Amino acid sequence: MSHEVVERKLGVLTILILLVISVGGLIEIVPLMIGAAAKQGNVKIVPRTALQQEGFDIYVREGCYLCHSQQIRPFRSETERYGPYSVAAESQYDHPFQFGSKRTGPDLARVGGRYSDDWHRIHLNNPRDVVPESNMPGFPWLAKAPIDGELTQRKLRVLRMLGTPYTDADIAGAPEAVKGQTELDALIAYLQALGTDKSRGTWSEAP
Amino acid sequence: MSNLTSVIVAVVTCLNVLACGWLIWWTARKRPHESAVGEVTDHVWDGDLRERNNPMPRWWLGLFFLSMVFCFAYFLLYPALGHFGGVLGWSEARQYQGEVSQAQRQYGPMYAAFAGRSVPELAKDPKALALGRSLFVNNCIQCHGSDARGGPGFPNLTDDDWLYGGEPQTIVQTITHGREGVMPAWGAVIGAQGVDEVAAYVESLSGRTVPAAAVAAGKERFTLCIGCHGADGKGNPLVGAPNLTDDIWLYGGSDASIHKSIAEGRHGKMPAWEWLGEDRIRLLAAYVYSLSQPH
Repeated sequence: MSHEVVERKLGVLTILILLVISVGGLIEIVPLMIGAAAKQGNVKIVPRTALQQEGFDIYVREGCYLCHSQQIRPFRSETERYGPYSVAAESQYDHPFQFGSKRTGPDLARVGGRYSDDWHRIHLNNPRDVVPESNMPGFPWLAKAPIDGELTQRKLRVLRMLGTPYTDADIAGAPEAVKGQTELDALIAYLQALGTDKSRGTWSEAP
Repeated sequence: MSNLTSVIVAVVTCLNVLACGWLIWWTARKRPHESAVGEVTDHVWDGDLRERNNPMPRWWLGLFFLSMVFCFAYFLLYPALGHFGGVLGWSEARQYQGEVSQAQRQYGPMYAAFAGRSVPELAKDPKALALGRSLFVNNCIQCHGSDARGGPGFPNLTDDDWLYGGEPQTIVQTITHGREGVMPAWGAVIGAQGVDEVAAYVESLSGRTVPAAAVAAGKERFTLCIGCHGADGKGNPLVGAPNLTDDIWLYGGSDASIHKSIAEGRHGKMPAWEWLGEDRIRLLAAYVYSLSQPH
């Protein structure tokens, strides 16, 4: 078969392209899926509560990932500032994952517990009230937006289908768990849980 | 990844590179009936567009084959082929560990020079203060501000007024374990008028001019408050109850803000910074301590 045939016969070209892409995909992606469990190591991640999950969805909706990463890379300059570096397992229940690719603001992978709830409340409403130098936009509407508990329950159900180990009790209790809470409460609950998994060790003993 | 997958991946990776080489050789080889280099071929488009036979320069072709050699060298040295970790034994985690121990060697002596010295002593050492300040800027200014003067709800660290006490050891304690100060909400207990009266009394403690009748009534009600703020209103560092007599207001000194504090309560929280490690915390404490010392 000469090069000319491949160039002139569109059908042949299409089939060959598909073949190359499929082989590449199979070789690159399938082994990663097979090895996924092993790569997560022995880090055990607790699924988010219903309220925290709502917070996650608000985080995604407001596009926080556009300015904040959640991925501390294994460099000393990063672990000095943010804490132990991130591992794959920490993102296993994130749909979609929130690694981010740009840091206009700081990385948030270990922000949980760093600031008080009140600080977050003020800061999310208008960041300049606590950090005058900040260029982050305010999100004042979150404090006024209630959460729809019915939707929370459906979300947890879907997430269970995707592999998050929610129990029947978690799902049944979801509307109650978010009852009377605002989107601001949910987002703060989510932020305060970020990177607080105790199994990750402390500053000095980053794996 | 099982051993079988590992082997398959390794073999396919190598085949892939070899196939690239074959593809280049196959397209570059001389074909029968090929026109001479630089001559017009028989390809014609749009009736008059012709193509000349101009092969890629040799050096360029050479680069392709060179990059294949690079591939195999890389496969040998670094983790690329399935389970095989490469003869250099490189890994991301190991590189990080190396970086950390390198920093340990470099900065360890620097911290060691400050070990065993008291916080007030460090607070007089410009080098320790410079380090303390950079730690402060990295970790504390989000709440306490870059000038350490705080804001509503976040204490000013430059004055001599301390919620939990300003002794060096107390500052270390506060940074290490954090603090949580809770003022209960009294609105439902004493009613709107009660809040007015207590607010009047509290304001009078700081020397403000307020109607005497309200002050007297507020003083009666202040018995509710002495458990934390003390009979004289000077506060209690053991529970972080602020001194109400110095005209320094954690949540702002406006009449409205004082009313709000009494009616709705307050919940202040300083997070724990234990993960910074003892050395850093002592340097931070020295910097914070120095802020309120007379210069």
